[in-house]
Amino acid sequence: MKPTDIKDPEYFHKVVDCQYACPAHTPVPEYIRLIAQERYTEAYMVNWDSNVFPGILGRTCDRPCEPACRRGRVDEEPVAICRLKRVAADNRNKDDVKSLMPKGPFNPNGKKVALIGAGPAALTVARDLAPIGYEIHLYDEQKLGGGFMRSQIPSFRLPEEVLNDEVNYILDLGIHTQFNHYVSSLKEVLDKGYDAVFIGSGAPKGRDLNVAGREEGKANIHIGINWLSSVAFEHIDKIGKKVIVLGGGNTAMDCCRTARRLGGEEVKVCVRSPFSEMKASPWEKEDAIHEDIPILDNHVPVEFVIKDGKLAGMMFDKVHAAYDDKGKRKLVSTGEPPIFIEADDVLIAIGQENSFPWIERDLGLEFDEWGMPKVDETTFASTHPKVFFGGDAAFGPKNVITAVAHGHQGAVSIDLACQGKNLMDRLDPMVNLHSMKMGIHEWAYDSPVTIDDRFIVPLADKKKALSDRKLEVELGFDKLTGFKEAQRCLNCDVQTVFSEDKCIECDACVDICPTMCITFTENEESEEVLRQKLTVPANELTQDLYVSAELKTKRVMVKDENVCLHCGLCAERCPTSAWDMQKFLYNVTKTHTGCTA
Amino acid sequence: MTYIKPKFRHPDLQKNKLGYTIDYYEGSLSTLCAGCGHDSISGAIIRACFEANIEPHKVAKMSGIGCSSKTPAYFLSNSHGFNSVHGRMPSVATGANMANRDLIYFGVSGDGDTASIGMGQFVHVIRRNLNMVYLVMNNGCYGLTKGQDSATADCGSKNKTGNINLFEGIDLVSLGLELGAGFVAQSFSGDKGQLVPLIKAAMAHLGFALINVVSPCVTFNNNVGSTKSYDYIREHIEATSTFDFVPEMTEIKTDYSEGEIKQIAMHDGSLIQLNKLTKDWDPTNRSSAMNAMLNAKENNEFLTGLIYIDPESVETHELIQTSKTPLNQLSQSTLCPGNMALAEINADLR
Repeated sequence: MKPTDIKDPEYFHKVVDCQYACPAHTPVPEYIRLIAQERYTEAYMVNWDSNVFPGILGRTCDRPCEPACRRGRVDEEPVAICRLKRVAADNRNKDDVKSLMPKGPFNPNGKKVALIGAGPAALTVARDLAPIGYEIHLYDEQKLGGGFMRSQIPSFRLPEEVLNDEVNYILDLGIHTQFNHYVSSLKEVLDKGYDAVFIGSGAPKGRDLNVAGREEGKANIHIGINWLSSVAFEHIDKIGKKVIVLGGGNTAMDCCRTARRLGGEEVKVCVRSPFSEMKASPWEKEDAIHEDIPILDNHVPVEFVIKDGKLAGMMFDKVHAAYDDKGKRKLVSTGEPPIFIEADDVLIAIGQENSFPWIERDLGLEFDEWGMPKVDETTFASTHPKVFFGGDAAFGPKNVITAVAHGHQGAVSIDLACQGKNLMDRLDPMVNLHSMKMGIHEWAYDSPVTIDDRFIVPLADKKKALSDRKLEVELGFDKLTGFKEAQRCLNCDVQTVFSEDKCIECDACVDICPTMCITFTENEESEEVLRQKLTVPANELTQDLYVSAELKTKRVMVKDENVCLHCGLCAERCPTSAWDMQKFLYNVTKTHTGCTA
Repeated sequence: MTYIKPKFRHPDLQKNKLGYTIDYYEGSLSTLCAGCGHDSISGAIIRACFEANIEPHKVAKMSGIGCSSKTPAYFLSNSHGFNSVHGRMPSVATGANMANRDLIYFGVSGDGDTASIGMGQFVHVIRRNLNMVYLVMNNGCYGLTKGQDSATADCGSKNKTGNINLFEGIDLVSLGLELGAGFVAQSFSGDKGQLVPLIKAAMAHLGFALINVVSPCVTFNNNVGSTKSYDYIREHIEATSTFDFVPEMTEIKTDYSEGEIKQIAMHDGSLIQLNKLTKDWDPTNRSSAMNAMLNAKENNEFLTGLIYIDPESVETHELIQTSKTPLNQLSQSTLCPGNMALAEINADLR
């Protein structure tokens, strides 16, 4: 294999599994270290710069970082990254945070940008563009900003104050808000002479279930996301005692838990797929079960049962999953008689779709055969030179952190477009690599690896929580637990950097490495062969091999990045400092660095 | 502050026949200098014991004093051990071996501990053919007292302060051959591929097994001009043969060309398989082994690998016909049969 090019920022970036998996590429180990040092405000700002909504995401993020976490490959469970983010948010000094954020008024650059929808994607664009002089006009049909973060995520998971704080940080940058304003025509917006329009209108249409009885029972059948939104804006405050929630995603989990708080005593989730294949995050399923909500899997809804002109319940067909040769799933009826489940109300949470009835089709903005706009995956540009998309509106329903990532890139594109530059002219990430060595046995990071198991986030008393829709269920880590959980982080951003010209091939690193990552061996043409030649064969193909140039003995150093603990012992035992531990900071380049921290 | 070895290990570690992963054979964290060859040898011992399916409680680690003699703390934490007086490891090992012949005695010594203060003990333990592995971590200097030339430093070798050694160095391998050791090998700490099977074979050998391992002292004897530096050894290394240790009951793969290959059966049914690289050398012939050493010296080569083996060697217990049952397992009544037995013996002698 060719020697690894560690000058390519993506190589070390990939080693920081959590950051690499994060759509916004938040420098996770960097802020976790700050939390361990009780520097919560700085930890918050590292987050804010990258993901804009640390307090919100610290409670509600889909956490793609956690399944990726290296700790999960050597220990039972990954670091509780998401909940550590909340520790930073909960303990930040709000005045200091404010002083570290950009403060208006900013020198106007004469450009005006309209943002349609006030969800995470559009708010991110606003935050990135306002400080560099753009005049931002933000439109939303609701009376407050936040989009789905407000209408879909129940208050017991995300308290309103947390949401308001972080939405207001952005609105305070001098954003011209046009709330309670449903945009019914894109043409109208374009005609107002904006230099660019960013569409972050989400995926607002809840999928319906048109089976027998739907029409007759409509008074007690609700579309999940609309119902959650009505609860959030306090148009609805109760529900029947017996409730069926259809669907197996996170919206279904939010629906059933909300229903429990609005008077639902017997709330059941009915889902077509097997339990293990449900779309909901495992922890959200756990939370629902914890609130005495049974999840009935393999239940395919057949019809709404109406009695005396009123909804009485639903019939279900029991199925089991069968897989064909290609692993494609088919739900096959077990042949058992249909099951009747009583219900006063049914909530349908079986998915949501995009909907752009307000975009005229003659503006030069192309749509594909599924009614989705044609959007470039890098630039988020549509086929109309002034219109950009982001968040769920761009590629269908995802999550908050993905919307934020879209927002950053959308802002970069808008800025380039407004300057008349090529949209592909994007800047490389900001990277920094510097040694952590301070002396013998002394490193500028906590290199020892703790053996603590993942700490559990304490919950509010169940009875109290179920009686108050707004009472936050998760209490978050206290500072001490936060510190201990932070210490579980393996510091994957502190990279093992090898200089072949200094190596005397004494094997000290090979002998000390607790996870046997390092092998000195003859090189091979094929990566596959080389992987099998290592002391422990490198069978985790998603993890790279770090291969050095040829050494004096014609061998090469090969390091399997897979389960390296970043403990620094290789560097510690290296007599010539051929190994060094160097902190690698990778920051996605945005239009504005966001903070001055 | 670091220097705590993490508890986590690679999740895909293989188990040996006993069901142990290699970390079961580890010791505590080394306090030797970073890059010390001794640590590599410790690593080789760990791997050899793991691969040879040695039960750690069946091993006794014996050592004297010096950097080398600290290393038993850094491997086989689950084994017995005795860190004895400077140069006196052979007598302690002899005593232990006499009391319990069932253990594998793994002696670790250094060039000072063996060739200077312990020379008297060393030569006599070879003469007695005590059943043990005697591994010398040989770095040609007294690392623990700031790197003075030791008795094995080669004549003409330059030390870190620039002084040339004026005296002849003691060649432990030739000495071992001369004194009749039944298993003599030489290796380099930087060549685990060779060292690991040598250690396995040495443990399987019945009788005294000497392995002289050149192990560079990174701190005091790794300079240009030293004949025991990483660079010098790598430039002058010559192997007698490739070396495979084939445990008992294993099918033998013969991918070597006929004629060059030599197989030597060990007493326990295992095999040593060699592919000879040195001309006119027969590992079972002592004078040929001695010649090979002399030739290598003349040619300025550092000869490694198995140098000599006598599969028929007779160890101390056989020589002095001790009890097959280890002494420490004999009951008091067997050991002290009483007045009647004494009277019988005395009667025999009249």
